[in-house]
Order: sequence, then structure tokens, then C-alpha cells
Amino acid sequence: MNPAITLATARRILTQLRHDHRTVALMVLVPTLVIVLLYYVMDDQPSFDAWAPVLLCVFPFLVMFLVTSIGTLRERTSGTLERLMASPLGKLDLLLGYGIAFGVMAVLQVTLALTVSLTWLGLDLRGDLWPLVVVALLNALLGTALGLFCSAFARSEFQAVQFMPIVMLPQILLGGILVPRDQMATVLEWISNVLPMSYAIEAMKDAALGADIGGEFWRDIVVVGGSALLALILGAATLRRRTP
Amino acid sequence: MMSFAPPSEIAAVAVRDLRVSRGGREVLHGLTFDVPKGQITGLLGPSGCGKTTLIRSIVGVQIVERGEVTVLGEPAGSPGLRRRIGYSTQNPAIYRDLTVTENLRYFAAVLKAPKGDIARVLDEVGLAGARDQLGSTLSGGQLTRASLAVSLLGSPELLVLDEPTVGLDPVLRKELWELFQGLADRGVTLMVSSHVMDEAARCQRLIMIRDGDIIADDSPDALRTRTRTTDLEEAFLRVIEERAVA
Repeated sequence: MNPAITLATARRILTQLRHDHRTVALMVLVPTLVIVLLYYVMDDQPSFDAWAPVLLCVFPFLVMFLVTSIGTLRERTSGTLERLMASPLGKLDLLLGYGIAFGVMAVLQVTLALTVSLTWLGLDLRGDLWPLVVVALLNALLGTALGLFCSAFARSEFQAVQFMPIVMLPQILLGGILVPRDQMATVLEWISNVLPMSYAIEAMKDAALGADIGGEFWRDIVVVGGSALLALILGAATLRRRTP
Repeated sequence: MMSFAPPSEIAAVAVRDLRVSRGGREVLHGLTFDVPKGQITGLLGPSGCGKTTLIRSIVGVQIVERGEVTVLGEPAGSPGLRRRIGYSTQNPAIYRDLTVTENLRYFAAVLKAPKGDIARVLDEVGLAGARDQLGSTLSGGQLTRASLAVSLLGSPELLVLDEPTVGLDPVLRKELWELFQGLADRGVTLMVSSHVMDEAARCQRLIMIRDGDIIADDSPDALRTRTRTTDLEEAFLRVIEERAVA
């Protein structure tokens, strides 16, 4: 690993994005637009206040997962990955480069969505703002890391897109958004206990409801951050310098 | 057990009994050869003969079943080699959503190549006029040259080029071969694959491959003399006939 190469990689990915205005617009605007839509669908402030933080958490996760898995897959199929694997670049340089670049995008995404929610839409947060930002950003990082990992198992863009429902939907269903986790069948609760999203959603609830930001919140944050790190390391393990 | 000569000191690349399987089929059947330093060695053979697999083995990105590949005195794929080898793949490995300069700037950063290298390699491949064009707007020949330019960054000691002249007009091809010869004159070792026989005459040494075996490994002149023909395409055919008879 080499910080200069990691940063050069992150800058390269951001430059690629800069040439692709539409993708940038979609990444930055879509979550905000959906939250605005949610506001008018709910049509009453308390329901909106309850659901908006959920979207703020889930969206960066979803978008980053998709963009990263397809971005790295393109790198594999275009031959640039082979060129990089024959160069002094370390595997983690590449993965962290993606993590940093898309992390920057996630910051933009979350900042805009939060600003619009808190001003125009009058979102009433009962707690502080910063825990929610921390959770949303960590979620984006988790999505990036899982996207990197899953792209190793996809041979085509078609397959990569299909990983999204496989990886994401069960996590969202079992994460305790629709049904509280302790009311699920025991087996489902066990599964939910090992999915990182469950902890992200719990931390987000603490943040949004203004609960005590104490030990439990930080435990959830550590679990989500640890999962992102694990996925990054597994992703690095799936990158091979030598291929068949 | 067969025994092979140890890799000689003067060889840039020494390959001993290299066997590679892809997709359950053996595609290289135990190749043994040396590539001398400071020369252009041509890898010639029809599409599908194993040229690219051989090149990938030398660069160290191919899973090898058996055999030894020594490059610049180190086993192929060693971390220390990654800065000393320039590699250009058959399909131009260039980011299509970056300009030529942005591509070069990134790879120069990865290779820690000096700043002036970008302008130098752009000139060398004759792409200075298209430096600010996006990869996706380049022609096939321009993409090939952009990819070649990346492999020239950092002045590597060994250049491994997989079909670098495909789709280029004759004038450009001539210019590139002059560039290759100029590099060789400065002591750079070049391995250039091609399926075009008229390029073979520009190499100091030819390795002809067919169906995963080396069928000839000689200088162009020696090959012409041995097969009693002036045309290398014809020489290639005669070598195949000789082998069929033998």
C-alpha cells in the first residue's frame, strides 16, 4: 500500500465522474428527490419525521453499492485492471481509492439530502445532527465495500445489477425497518443479528429519535465500520494479480 | 527428467518448459527459449496460437501450470519487476472516460514516473494533438497508441507489447517500428507480438508459435536462408511443412 498511489487512484475515479455529468447528477440528486417525494406521499409531519432518516440511511448504501460494483466490474472487463495488477499498485490502493472517491460522493449526497430535509421539508430531528451524518456516511462506505466485494463474483453488468436485490433487500427486510427485529421468528432474528445493516438501522434510530448517544450507539457504529473494513479486505482477497 | 540450460546472464527473459492451461485445455506445451537483451524479439503466429498467454506469463499475470519464467533475473511476477516492465495489452487498456493526458497522469503517478514523461511519450507515439481528447472519442489506432504510450512511462527496461500496430496506417506503423528500434538501440529489450509477417523483418529475432509450440526461433536472415525463401510468410509455411514431414 502506498498513500500517494491510493490518492492518485481516488483522484482518477473522481476525474472519471467529472466527465460523466449525468451520473454525478443522478448520484447527488436522486436521494433528495425521493425524500421530497416521500414528504408529499406521507403528507403528515410525524410520519415523515420517522421515515426520512430511514431513507437517509438506506439510500447512500444502495447507490454506492450499485455504482461501485459496476465501476470495478468495468475496470475488470476493460483490461485496465490487468494493467494495474502488472504495475506497482497495491490491491488496497485500488479498493481504498474507490472507497475515498465514492465516499466523497456520499458526503455530497447526504449533505444535500439533509439540507433539503432540515430546511424546506422541516424535518424535526429529536436528537443531534451529527450521529445521523456519521451513520449515513458509514452506510455509504459499507455499500462501497460490499459493492467492491460483490463485483468480484459478477462476470457481467447484468449479474452485478442482480446482486443488488440479493444483497440489499434481505438486509433491509430483516433490518428492523418494517418489523422490529425482536418480533421476528427466532431464525430470522439470528440472521438479522449477523447482517451489518441491522446495526446501521439501530444506530440510525437512536440518532433520529434523540436517544442517548452512548455505548449501544457506538457498538453499532463499530459493527458497521468493522463490516465495511472486512468487506474491503475480502474484496482485496478476491483481486488476483494472476488470473487463469 | 529433462534438464535445461540455466538462464544465461545476457537473457532479458528466460523461459523454461512453460506449460499453461486455460479453460481445461493446455494452450502452451512446454516452451523453452531466451530473449536477448537490447533487441526486438518478434512473437509471431496466427490468432489463437498462444501468443497472448505467453506474454501474460512473462508479465506475471497468468496462472502458470509448470515451468520457469525468469525476467531481468527475477521470477516473473516479482514485485520488484513491476516498475521495470512496460506492458501493453492487445485490447487498449485505457480509461475511455478520461482524456489521454488524464490517463497518462494517473499511470505515471502509479509508476512514479518523472513529470516530463507524459509529454515525452505523447510525442513518441505521435498523439500530442489528441492529448485532451476523451478515450471514447479516439479511433482504434489512437487508442492503441495511447495504450502504448502508457507502457512507455517510466522508461522500462523491458517492453512487452501485444499486437501494438493493429489497425494503424502504414506510415504510423513505420514510425512506431522506428521508435521501437530507437529504444532497442538505447538498450531496451522489446518483445512484440504480431500476426502480420511483414513486421517480422523488422525484428532481430523471431519466435514463431503455432498451436502452443515454438516452430522456429531464429533471426529473420537465418530463417530465410534455412527455408530458401526471401519472404517470411513463405518461410513460416515451409517451417510448418517441414514439421509435418518430420
